[in-house]
Amino acid sequence: MNPKTWRLPSDPKWWQAKILSVAILVALLGGWQYATSRAAFDPTGMNEEELMLLEFNGDIVLNDAGEYVYNEEKTSGVPGPLLVGKKIVEELSNPFHKNGTNDHGIAHLIFYTVTRFSIGFVLASIVAILVGVVVGLNPVIFNAVNPFLQVLKPISPLAWMPLLLYTVQKPTLTAILVVFMASLWPTIANTAFGLASIDKDYLRVSRMLEFGWFRRLFTVILPAAAPAIVAGLRISFGSALVAVVPAEMLLGELGVGYLTWIEWNNLDIAGVLFAILVVGFVGFLMDALFSKLSKAASYAT
Amino acid sequence: MSVFRRDPFDPDQSLEHQHHAGCMHGASPVDGADGSQGETPQCSSTSCHGEHEKAISTEDAISHAVETAVVKAIFGQSDLSRRKVLAAAGAGVVAEIVRGMFPLDTAKAMAMEVGKIEKPDLSIGFIPITCATPIIMAEPMGFYEKHGLNAKVRRASGWAMVRDWAITKEVDAAHMLSPMPLSITLGAGSPKVPFYMPAVENINGQAITLANKHKGVKTAKDMKGFRFCVPFEYSMHNYLLRYYLAEGGLHPDKDVQIRVVPPPEMVANLKAGNVDGYLAPDPFNQRAVYENAGFIFKLSKEIWEGHPCCAFAISQEFAKTYPNTFLALFRSIVDATAYASDKSNRKEIAKAIAPRNYLNQPVTVLEQVLTGRYATGMGGIGNVPDRIDFDPMPWHSMAIWILTQMKRWKHVDTDFDYKTVAEEVYLATKCNTLASEMGYEDRTETYAKHVIMGKEFDPAKPDEYLASFPINNL
Repeated sequence: MNPKTWRLPSDPKWWQAKILSVAILVALLGGWQYATSRAAFDPTGMNEEELMLLEFNGDIVLNDAGEYVYNEEKTSGVPGPLLVGKKIVEELSNPFHKNGTNDHGIAHLIFYTVTRFSIGFVLASIVAILVGVVVGLNPVIFNAVNPFLQVLKPISPLAWMPLLLYTVQKPTLTAILVVFMASLWPTIANTAFGLASIDKDYLRVSRMLEFGWFRRLFTVILPAAAPAIVAGLRISFGSALVAVVPAEMLLGELGVGYLTWIEWNNLDIAGVLFAILVVGFVGFLMDALFSKLSKAASYAT
Repeated sequence: MSVFRRDPFDPDQSLEHQHHAGCMHGASPVDGADGSQGETPQCSSTSCHGEHEKAISTEDAISHAVETAVVKAIFGQSDLSRRKVLAAAGAGVVAEIVRGMFPLDTAKAMAMEVGKIEKPDLSIGFIPITCATPIIMAEPMGFYEKHGLNAKVRRASGWAMVRDWAITKEVDAAHMLSPMPLSITLGAGSPKVPFYMPAVENINGQAITLANKHKGVKTAKDMKGFRFCVPFEYSMHNYLLRYYLAEGGLHPDKDVQIRVVPPPEMVANLKAGNVDGYLAPDPFNQRAVYENAGFIFKLSKEIWEGHPCCAFAISQEFAKTYPNTFLALFRSIVDATAYASDKSNRKEIAKAIAPRNYLNQPVTVLEQVLTGRYATGMGGIGNVPDRIDFDPMPWHSMAIWILTQMKRWKHVDTDFDYKTVAEEVYLATKCNTLASEMGYEDRTETYAKHVIMGKEFDPAKPDEYLASFPINNL
């Protein structure tokens, strides 16, 4: 086939993609609703006792008209989009409530997760950049440390969890440290690599200009390595975002991961879907925010 | 829990009928203890629980207890002479005389005075199952508050988590399975930390649930090759399931698979056909029926009537550092347990513990579990009022039974003295004293013979009992 006959429209209108997005969404939701809808309850052929048993077990309820219908609260299998929508409205309409120790509104849960994540990520980034600079500036240290980095980097951050829990003992702190572990290695490795591969001419020039060590670090070395560092931070960010949700599930720490888990414990699949959407949405927002920041950082170079 | 609230100045009432342990305890342990055989429960649940009056405040209970103690001291242990005197002289006159002679109010004040609570803000870990009912409902229903505590319950998602929280002091006290304080104290499967078990949370309250496709199963023999789940290694669930299978001739480690799975996942696995059944805490047996995934094959009370299930546990260190706080907490639990044991309160409790902060379950499921009127999953409605019941007494004999099973299945390999461990961990005497101080049932014994699937267990001879099982891992 001639590749020239198969290419993007040369001048797409802005609304074309948008309409297509909406159409995909509608098709998905429609298909989902169709796949999960079931026929109305049909009581013919059932005696009084069977109906009573179904009602007792919560399968059916009497509606206002005095007829038996399926209990909407109880779904078998995956709930439809209408039910999930109802759940979303219900959760979002009261986002700031606090009913005791274990039931906090969605806004609080998001706040806990974002806080936990930010503390772990910022701490790890500071440590990782410092370590990365030291390792990256000295070829001997770089070669000595590199094998360790290569082994430590692929370890799943959650694998550290039992050890962390055993040593620090506090689940709250452990969750932060899991995020810390998740965001440490990619930044260290990238920073070290970025520094090690700076154009040697930059360094020669700065030496010729007789810059002090600090001045050389902040005006030449770090800006030159900035793209690599930012790339490292991006990888760290993604892996930390992946780690924070299961850490909350496993540690029972309030947050969006915890929400997913308690909805699952309740076998409330609509709730699980809502929680998944929240996780996705929070991740998307944070990622967008981070992109803005990293763009600003790389622009400065 | 036969709550003791009789007027000691009433000649028509006997003060003697406070020792009816057999009522609460299905296996009638008192009968067993004094040598006669504990066969079936002495009183039917209706006659026993019909005596329960509306809950009264602890102050009233203490006041009654003090009056009774004084009246008993005056008339000696002969109840007959008290009743004769009261009938002859008139209750009012005698009450006047006694109150004139003895500073009753002072005595009551002394009995009621609680030492300063060192640490009123407490956090208590729990697992969201109906067994935790007293621990949980004590919060919304104000039992902790009543005893001067600001206790918050914190939900854990698994037993290992609650154990770790308790060991690392993330929580001050915890809901545990009754074998856990023993296993932690012995250092089996966890760091060795000495724990107390001041009270049993609930008795009965578990069941064997099988997948719908196994409706034809009649006996343990039919379960050969099944894949089972239990919630934790060191649990009554595990020991009762193993016991049931072994009595039926199956070796639990060779003829079936038993794996540890968190209860909510059991229902999902049952639904998906990954497992054949489980012995789990409620509401997950009832939840399987509600989800049309399985049926209730056997209630655990049919294996051992009145067996302990979950427990209230606290580290020995906490109890020794904050003795008054510990006592207040202990009192709240005993109080809440007594309230939960009254069947007329069960519907109200189901509503109180259903919200998301606690069990996060449909009210109808919890109600079916707690009231004992439930859909069996086999097309019928079961009516077993003591499907789950509540009695705080941590019998030393129960601890010894659990220890024999730990040995039987090689869950501990250290050598220990049954009695020493049982008495160190299970605070039976203290629970008993506290309960009777508060006006609840008074028991004199802490050891009883239990009957499990028709086989008698004598706590005085654990080694002989252990040797009597043809199927074991010894």
